[in-house]
Amino acid sequence: MNRFVKKLETGITGFDEIANGGIPTGRTTLVSGTSGSGKTVFAAQFLAEGIRHKNQNGVFVTFEEPTEDIRNNLASMDWDIKKWEEEKKWAFVDASPHPGQETFETGEYDFGALLARIENAIKKVSAKRVSLDSLGAIFSQFENSGIIRRELFRLAYGFKSMGITVIMTAERLEEYGDIARHGVEEFVSDNVVILRNTLEAEKRRRTVEILKFRGTTHHKGEYPFTIMPGEGIVAIPISSIELKQSSSDLRITSGSEVLDRMCGGGFFRDSIILVSGATGTGKTLTVTQFIGGGMRNGEKCVLFAYEESREQLFRNARGWGFDFEEMEKKGYLKVICQYPETAGLEDLLINIRHTIEEFGPSRVAVDSLSALERCSTAKGFREFVISVTSYLKMKEIAGLFTATTPTLMGGTSVTEAHISTITDSIILLRYVEMLGEMRRGITVLKMRGSMHEKEILEFNIDSGGMHIGKPFRNVMGILSGQVQHLDEEEYKRMSDMFK
Amino acid sequence: MDAKFVLKLYITGNTPKSEKAIKNLRQISEEELKNKYEIKIVDVLENPQLAEDEKIIATPTLIKELPPPLRRIIGDLSDTDKVLLGLDIQKKIG
Repeated sequence: MNRFVKKLETGITGFDEIANGGIPTGRTTLVSGTSGSGKTVFAAQFLAEGIRHKNQNGVFVTFEEPTEDIRNNLASMDWDIKKWEEEKKWAFVDASPHPGQETFETGEYDFGALLARIENAIKKVSAKRVSLDSLGAIFSQFENSGIIRRELFRLAYGFKSMGITVIMTAERLEEYGDIARHGVEEFVSDNVVILRNTLEAEKRRRTVEILKFRGTTHHKGEYPFTIMPGEGIVAIPISSIELKQSSSDLRITSGSEVLDRMCGGGFFRDSIILVSGATGTGKTLTVTQFIGGGMRNGEKCVLFAYEESREQLFRNARGWGFDFEEMEKKGYLKVICQYPETAGLEDLLINIRHTIEEFGPSRVAVDSLSALERCSTAKGFREFVISVTSYLKMKEIAGLFTATTPTLMGGTSVTEAHISTITDSIILLRYVEMLGEMRRGITVLKMRGSMHEKEILEFNIDSGGMHIGKPFRNVMGILSGQVQHLDEEEYKRMSDMFK
Repeated sequence: MDAKFVLKLYITGNTPKSEKAIKNLRQISEEELKNKYEIKIVDVLENPQLAEDEKIIATPTLIKELPPPLRRIIGDLSDTDKVLLGLDIQKKIG
C-alpha cells in the first residue's frame, strides 16, 4: 500500500481487492460506463456500504433521475434508503431536470446554489462519502458548456478541500472509445474506473476496469462482475486470489478403495480433481462415490449438479447404495440443481460461493463443467474455473469436477484443454471396444505431488457401484481411441523386449 | 387589470453577479411592471433548504411564481429581451 495516498474501502465485494484496498481517500473517482452498465448501482452502493459497514454517512447527488425513482429502483438491493434518510445517514440532493419547465439563460451564472446545497447536505449527515450520478445529465440542462466545465472543476476542488471521497459517474457512448461523453469529466477526477457491459457470443458480460489511480497502485485489466438482487455489485478479482494458498499433505478418500490406491493413497485434501469421460462412462458415479466417501467420514459435502435433476440424481445414488435424501436431512449434504442456461456464469459463481460460505463443506463436486462451458465464452469459462478453484483452495476444500468428452472412444474434451493446467489430478474414464463389446477403463493421468499408478484398469458398474479390476494387458491405443488388440504371444514378446 | 407578478430571485452571497442580477431585476420590473410586482430575494448560503426545495442549481436564478406558468430564468439578467420573454411581457413601444 502506498504511504502517501490513503485508500478508502468502498465495501463493494471484490472491488477493493482489484483496487488494492479501495479508492483514494479525499479524492474524486470517475466511474464511467455506457447506459445500463451499472453506474447508478455502483454510486449508490458506495454510500450504502459506507453506512452499513463503515459507519460513514453519504450524500447522493442525482442529476438524472428524481430521488423517488432512485429510492424505488434500489429497493430491490435491500437498501432501505428511506430509513437511512430518517436516521440522518443518507441525504439526497436532487439536481434532476424539471420536466415541463422552460428555462431561459440571460447572462452569467455559476453553480453556487448546487454547491451550497451539497455542502448543506454534507453537514446535515456529517457525510464522508458523496456520489454524483450522472454528470453528463447536467450538460442537457444548461446551454453554456464553458460554464459547466468551470463549475465542475470548482465542485471537485470544493470536495477536495472538505476531504470528502467522491464517486462521480459519467456516460460514455461506446464500450471501447472515449472515456466519457463530454470529454471533461475525466479531467475533473484523479481516478478513472470503467464499467462495461459487452455482448460476447450472445452473452452479456459485465466487467470493471480501473484505468488510472493517480499516485497509487491497482490491479490492471478487466474483471467480471455481476449485479445481484439483495447485494448489488459483486466483482470477481481473479488473479488476486490465485496462488496464495498453502497446500496440504492430508489425504482423503475418493470413496473407492481401489481408486485411492491408484492415486497413491487418496486425493489431497485441498486438491482439485478433474474426472473426464464420455457420456455413460461413470462420471456421475465417481461423483456419488466421492460424496459418499466424505459422508461416511462425517464430512459435509455440496454437489452442484448442472445436468441432471434432483430426482434423477437421488434415484441413481439410491441405486448405488447412497441415501442422499437422508443425508440432506441430517445436514451432511446439500445438492443444488440448476440449469446453467438460466443464469450467467458470474451469477452461478456467486451462488457457489454463497452456498459454500453458508454450509461450510469440506468437499465440493461440480457435475459437469462441460454443461457450464456450453453456455459461456471460452474466456468467461476459464475465468470461472480459475475463480472456483482458487476459492476452493483458499477454503481448503477438495473439489471434484467432471468433464464430458465429445467422442465415445478416446479423445479429450474442450473443457479439459482449458483447465487441465489448473487441476491437481486428472482421472480418465474411457470406453474400450474389445471383441465386439464395450468395456470401461479408468486411469490416473496426473496426480500433482504424488506417485500414482500408470496402468489403465478395467472396471464395471453394477448396483453395488464401481468395481475396478485388472489392467488391460493386451490392448493398445485406448486413450487415442485407436484400440488394437495384441495376442498373448505378441504381448509376451513386447514385454520381454523392455525387460 | 393585469395580474400581479411574484418573483423570487435566488443568489449566493454578495457577489458581483448577485448584485448585477438584483440591479437588473429592479430596473426591468420598475420599467415594465410598475407597482404590479413583488420581489423576494433568497440568499442560498443563508437558506440552503429553500434552494433544495426549489431544486435550484445555478445562481442567480429568477423564478416567476405568478402569474402561471412557472418559469426559471437563469443568469445575471443582463439580456433584457430574454428576461422579458421569460416573464411573458410584451415590451412597451417607445
